[in-house]
Amino acid sequence: MTASFKRLAATLWKPDGRRFPAPLSLLLVGPLVIGLCVAFILPVGRLLAVSVWNPDFTLAEFVHIAESPLYLRILGRTLLLGITVTALTLVLAYPVAFLMTRLSGWRLAVATACVLVPLWTSVLVRSYAWIIILQRNGLLNSVLMGLGLTDAPLPLLYNELSVTIAMTHVLLPYMILPIWAALRTIPRDLPLAAQSLGANAFRVFFLVVLPLSLPGVASGVLMVFILSLGFYVTPALVGGPETLMVATLIGQQTTELLNWPFAGALAALLLGITLLLVTVFNRFLGLDKKAAS
Amino acid sequence: MTTAHPIHESYSGLKPIRGGTVSMDSIIKHYGSFTAVDGVSLSVGRGEFVALLGPSGSGKTTLLMMIAGFEQPDSGAVCIDGVDVSRMPAHRRDVGMVFQKYALFPHMTILDNVAFPLRMRGVPAGERRLKALDALQIVGLEGMEKRLPAQLSGGQQQRVALARAIVYRPPVLLMDEPLGALDKKLRERMQIEIKHLQESLGVTVIYVTHDQEEALTMADRIAVMNRGRLEQVGTPAELYERPANPFVAGFIGETNLLDGELVAAAGQEWELRLAGGAVVRGTPAAAARHGAAVGARVRLAVRPERIELAPATPGGTGAMVAATVADVIYAGPTLIYLLRADGLPEMTVRVPVQSDAMKPARGEAVSLTWDPANALVY
Amino acid sequence: MTSHAHSAPAATAAARRHTLSKQFGDALLKGVCALIFLFLLLPTLVVIPTSFSDTQYLAFPPAHWSLRWYVAYFQDPEWIGATLFSLKVAGLTTVAAMTFGTMGALALVRGRVPLKGAVRAVVLAPMIVPHIVIAVAMYMVYMKWNLLGSLTGFVLAHTVVCLPFVVITVSAGLQKMDPSLEMAAASLGASRLRAFRHVTLPLLGPSFATAAAFAFITSLDEAVISYFLSSSTEKTLTRKMFEDIDFDLSPTIAVVSTLIIVMSVLLMGAIEGLRARAARRVKA
Repeated sequence: MTASFKRLAATLWKPDGRRFPAPLSLLLVGPLVIGLCVAFILPVGRLLAVSVWNPDFTLAEFVHIAESPLYLRILGRTLLLGITVTALTLVLAYPVAFLMTRLSGWRLAVATACVLVPLWTSVLVRSYAWIIILQRNGLLNSVLMGLGLTDAPLPLLYNELSVTIAMTHVLLPYMILPIWAALRTIPRDLPLAAQSLGANAFRVFFLVVLPLSLPGVASGVLMVFILSLGFYVTPALVGGPETLMVATLIGQQTTELLNWPFAGALAALLLGITLLLVTVFNRFLGLDKKAAS
Repeated sequence: MTTAHPIHESYSGLKPIRGGTVSMDSIIKHYGSFTAVDGVSLSVGRGEFVALLGPSGSGKTTLLMMIAGFEQPDSGAVCIDGVDVSRMPAHRRDVGMVFQKYALFPHMTILDNVAFPLRMRGVPAGERRLKALDALQIVGLEGMEKRLPAQLSGGQQQRVALARAIVYRPPVLLMDEPLGALDKKLRERMQIEIKHLQESLGVTVIYVTHDQEEALTMADRIAVMNRGRLEQVGTPAELYERPANPFVAGFIGETNLLDGELVAAAGQEWELRLAGGAVVRGTPAAAARHGAAVGARVRLAVRPERIELAPATPGGTGAMVAATVADVIYAGPTLIYLLRADGLPEMTVRVPVQSDAMKPARGEAVSLTWDPANALVY
Repeated sequence: MTSHAHSAPAATAAARRHTLSKQFGDALLKGVCALIFLFLLLPTLVVIPTSFSDTQYLAFPPAHWSLRWYVAYFQDPEWIGATLFSLKVAGLTTVAAMTFGTMGALALVRGRVPLKGAVRAVVLAPMIVPHIVIAVAMYMVYMKWNLLGSLTGFVLAHTVVCLPFVVITVSAGLQKMDPSLEMAAASLGASRLRAFRHVTLPLLGPSFATAAAFAFITSLDEAVISYFLSSSTEKTLTRKMFEDIDFDLSPTIAVVSTLIIVMSVLLMGAIEGLRARAARRVKA
């Protein structure tokens, strides 16, 4: 090490005090912030800007959306699908998360793998798999016909049903993991204490376990709902013309029509709803934290 | 359980260390508006074992962190062997430190942990292996060098931390409640082993603890801290027999603190009237000797084992406190009497089980007396 | 245990009833969960056999088995080109995200960063902003910058998406680390740099591995932004898959899917193993 390097290191890396000094901190975090501003904040900002500067300030695009029954229907459908998928994932995720808190050893490893393997499998792969399962002569129709439940293949694919099933599948792990995490932090002796104080299994669950797992439920609901609003790939591949979602609409407006102001307005709407949800959720959790302390 | 041999069986071959001196001069440290250390001055001699004793939040750990170099005093100076190290970074101070939870590096073997300080000092690999093995032998852990810290028991991890802190022969060893995580039996054994090791090495030790028994057992001198201030520094006997103030009297051992009013303040024995009306005698504490006038509010401190129980004397002589036995507790070697007297807080008296002293039953009326030399007036 | 005032036979009957209902509840929970696990795994279970099919059209289960679609995949320059391109993007993205993400995490956890809240918000934002918004925004701007279909464009975009994972994982690792370990190193004579090298870095190993695996798989799997940034000549594997699923549906996609699944599972399995080993090591 040369003397000048040592001097430089000494100024950047003040040897006492447990935190890095400001110059070194800035040097470390600078590239990250500058990079994100150029590659991320700038493009998103530009897209949002073109929705209202065309070339002067105007809200025409937003009025256009508000006055069109078609776009409002797409918006409503997106929200409704989001709510449906969120509710479905919640119903499916809670028992699984609950069971996982009781497992250990290889059983837990297998259960965790069942949750994580889909999470680490591309959305494209999973959409493709659902096509194989749900198509006219697909797995599900063969099973249904084999059992004699139906004579002719049911139209299961390229409609709202297939989109709902595929999205529920994709988003289920995002609901299971936070609920499981919340359930795991409940001390084991709390349910035992409730039991020894005279609560039966149902009361233990509804009065102790469920309330304590609510923060996990809340973050799972938020995550799944936000993700479902912006879903692009799954509706595009397993959905049909009548399942057009906001994300797909934004895509069409850009790649096919190059209508940037309109795409920007839709993006602003989507982003606005998302940020609103996150803010409300943070408020909610923040209040929770205060109550706990 | 630990399979290690006691330390003192094998340390005889160890060469002594020349212990360093440590002196702290008017050290002040604030955290925001909170004053953690408030003007502490303390000198520690070569090879001395000094315990910093105090309740949590008393500033003892902050003081230790400033000697180690992890904190800097806002004002005042820390000198090691006469050199002001207040602004010197921790890694150049050459003091050893044993942490509360041992702070063994979980990714290194025991040998690598112990050899780490030698590696930082550029000792060649072969030599540092030998020295590290030597240090492990001193703490009775030969044969454990290839294991990882997680494979050792708490007591063994404690020994590794000790070996690591002495392997480079630092003149000063700092210990931050090093036995806090061990169970009572093991803790008591380690106290004696650490004390023996320190004596045979001659290293200067500054030892932070909140456990007064530990401090009394191990230390040559104890520095009692409270709210960032040094309350008293002295040998265990001085602190126990002549506590400088009621806080020290209460913190080191048990004591009965009785409020009263000074009646006569002349000579070696003062007279005071207790809240209940009894007039008793005591010895003025050093700090109380100056400026106490008749009529002043004072406090009397008497240790439970220095109070004698006597049959109640109807009418009373005035030099005795009349009380009733509220409870008797059998505590092995002693009987503990909880006593109630008019106007006074509940008092404790200890009587050896095997003695000829009076052993009244619950509800009995008794009178309490003591040798005025054993009662301190503040 | 609680003591009951019932007579002995009544208590036994109640206890038996209680045990029965508890067993029934447990069985019901396990049965329901087994179905949900089947639902979770079904797509994977379907895709892998499909890749070994012998037929032109999609049928499950396949009537005959063969490796013809594997051969088709490895002989198709378009598939192989897209695969190699995606691997290149994922590799470079991992390097970039790990470098800048680790630096940022160090500064945010250990440093003095002005406007720390704002910086953290900027770093975590790509996780909250819907990918379709990021995709369209980048499509618009990168088009002007001539970055569509370019390696730089993809790496830039994927790094943005992967950074939050890296910063969160490395920050969590740093925060979880016992600060007395670094203090111990300093008290034993290690300068700040050496303490970082010998103690902090090795202990962050599992966090680094997890973050890197996250970043690599996230980049490889990223479909929406890649769809918009691809050109007709330079496209990622996900874009190629999207096109084929949309128009063609040949079993080659099952082959690619199987390969991706196997790779992801192996990578995540290795990471889990590493983490478990580290956890055992640290557990005192």
